Amino acid sequence: MNSGLLIKNGRVIDPANGIDKKCDVSIVEGIIAEVREKIADRGRGDCNFTVVDASGKLVVPGLIDIHVHFREPGDEEEETIASGSAAAVAAGFTSVVCMPNTNPVIQCETDVEYVHRKARQARKTHVYTMGAITKGLEGVELAEMGFMAQAGAVGFTDDGRGVQDPAVMLRALKYATMFDVVIAQHCQDDRIAGKGVMNSGYQSTILGLPGIDPLAEEAILWRDIQLIKKAKVRYHAQHISTAGSVELIRAAKNDGPPMTCEVAPHHLLLTEECCGEYDTNFKVNPPLRGQKDIDALKQAIADGLVDALASDHAPHLQSEKELEFLAAPFGIASLECALGLYVKALIEPGILDWPGLIHLMTEKPAKVIGIDKGTLGIGKQADVTIINPNAEYKIDVSKFRSKSRNCPYHNWVVKGRVERTIVGGEMRFEA
Amino acid sequence: MKRKSKQLKWNRKHLLGLRELSAEEIGYILDTAVGFEQISTRSVKKAPPLRGKVVVNLFFEDSTRTRTSFALAANRLSADIIEFTKKASSVSKGETLLDTARNLEAMGIDIVVVRHSAGGASRLLSRNINACVVNAGDGYCEHPTQGLLDVYTIRKIKGTLEGLKIAIVGDVAHSRVARSDMWAMTKLGAEVTFVGPPTLMPAQVERLPVKVSYCLDEVIDKVDVINMLRIQFERLGGNPFPSIREYSHYFGLTAERMKRAKSDILVMHPGPINRGLEIESEVADGRNSVILEQVTNGLAVRMAVLFLVNQAAAQRIDY
Repeated sequence: MNSGLLIKNGRVIDPANGIDKKCDVSIVEGIIAEVREKIADRGRGDCNFTVVDASGKLVVPGLIDIHVHFREPGDEEEETIASGSAAAVAAGFTSVVCMPNTNPVIQCETDVEYVHRKARQARKTHVYTMGAITKGLEGVELAEMGFMAQAGAVGFTDDGRGVQDPAVMLRALKYATMFDVVIAQHCQDDRIAGKGVMNSGYQSTILGLPGIDPLAEEAILWRDIQLIKKAKVRYHAQHISTAGSVELIRAAKNDGPPMTCEVAPHHLLLTEECCGEYDTNFKVNPPLRGQKDIDALKQAIADGLVDALASDHAPHLQSEKELEFLAAPFGIASLECALGLYVKALIEPGILDWPGLIHLMTEKPAKVIGIDKGTLGIGKQADVTIINPNAEYKIDVSKFRSKSRNCPYHNWVVKGRVERTIVGGEMRFEA
Repeated sequence: MKRKSKQLKWNRKHLLGLRELSAEEIGYILDTAVGFEQISTRSVKKAPPLRGKVVVNLFFEDSTRTRTSFALAANRLSADIIEFTKKASSVSKGETLLDTARNLEAMGIDIVVVRHSAGGASRLLSRNINACVVNAGDGYCEHPTQGLLDVYTIRKIKGTLEGLKIAIVGDVAHSRVARSDMWAMTKLGAEVTFVGPPTLMPAQVERLPVKVSYCLDEVIDKVDVINMLRIQFERLGGNPFPSIREYSHYFGLTAERMKRAKSDILVMHPGPINRGLEIESEVADGRNSVILEQVTNGLAVRMAVLFLVNQAAAQRIDY
């Protein structure tokens, strides 16, 4: 006898299919079977549904985060694919994309297979990975993109660093056109950024810390937009953070080569002033910028210029974050509270409605990395997230499933609690 | 000149920077230092207020005069002083700053005088240990006792800082002295101008409470005090000016330039001097120079700081 899942009476939001209405969703054998009103409890044939009442809840395609660091292999004390995956489903994410800046770097097919194997063993969320653009992230020689793509890498990036040499970047872009992959860039010119540890400006001046000028990001983004005119490949700008970047992307999307971009929650909620007490939980790269940058990013989201919301979940050990601001590592662990943060940043001020937010967390990021996910279309793999949109809760880092606690949002009160996460038809998380 | 601030009650057990101090608090430290100045001129150069207390000089950067000055200040106040010198590592390997400090604290210290190459290092310590923390220079954030001794020296000679025009010349971007001076001098009513090439100005300098000039010749005849910053080759990234020769030409304090200065201009320098680079020997040793007075006054100021933070800690008032 087949078993299935019937999610009843929720507000079903499926931007890919233009659905936003109260109805039911049935799942049979891990596949979305029906999305319509009043599906009978007893399914067709001999299928018996387990019924989930979603009254007052949102029923949305499983959320997708295309930018996380799960630190495995190499830094398993900070995060593992298992702990990160557990955090992901608890936060409503049914697919995540790991960055390749692990130790060793993800730069050949066996590395990609290793990530996939660990993810299968964890049996929580779908875990994709990007591979390195260049060997060792050194920006010199191309890594084996073909073999990695064959093994399932969805794209390539040297994230954590940008590819500095324009000739190398152009070569990477051209080479990658052979494969159906995205080339993602951490836009940062190391020569402009220097040894900077926070945004360059009044705050860095009075704190006596070396700054990273917004130009470090914008110079590489501008350069890459010129380069992609020469290579027809999917290009994605990761975690853009400045008003200047928004203008470059606005111009490119208006009248330039196709490209996509993502924004991280901290660049929508926190400013460089947060670094004022040298709290290293606010040390992140790209750095926290100013209010005008936040305003520009929000406007970009309102104008449809942004393709994905991505947490850039970057777990670190407490002992490392206890170092001097100058020496502590960059990164914020925010996967587990990401949805609430986006609600605070985008829905509460009226920049997006729920369908708009869900679109940026499902179908649109799926398209960036070229995976057939992010919808509740009939016949699709059943990744579904059920959200209580009005439930308020206090972020408590001590309860994180993630191994790390480097999260500046501790004790923030946010709205939008994930109630259930269904991955491939299986209930993987229940609040 | 002695203007004891009457209302103020000093209650800070740490001295981390001058940015957060009020003009009254700065004045209070200076007034306290006036009293301690006399100890150094007595036949018995010692007073008992820190007897039984342990001061550790925790220096992660090279320093001679600041470390010696703090050690002597602690000695004069009858404290026991421990020297702890260690090269800071910017990597996250080995014993961390906090671990080092916690270990020292476990041995029962009362005051940590810390110098570190990272901005905010003293603030990090103050949040994590119980002892008093005195910042002896953190990266290019602040060097509060230098700022205090600078305004002390100016006040002692000029009577007040109110209305004085002061130029701070050189590598402002990488200077903790410039920042501490700026906070102290402007709070006490002086008008500060940063002078140097644009490549050595900090980001968004226009938002600081100072004027900015790229031309020393336009400033030299208008100021009452000129503080020549040391060119710190170890901090300069890249190549912010083409040559020492060209730098000295535009920003060096030469005898020739001094001819256009006010006759009672005070020439200051935080030391150690690069003779012939930012300042000519003739000027450094000339009649307007108060460079050695700065060193002498530093001792009294540091005694006052050690005395005050210890007193605040004894009263168990945390700030």
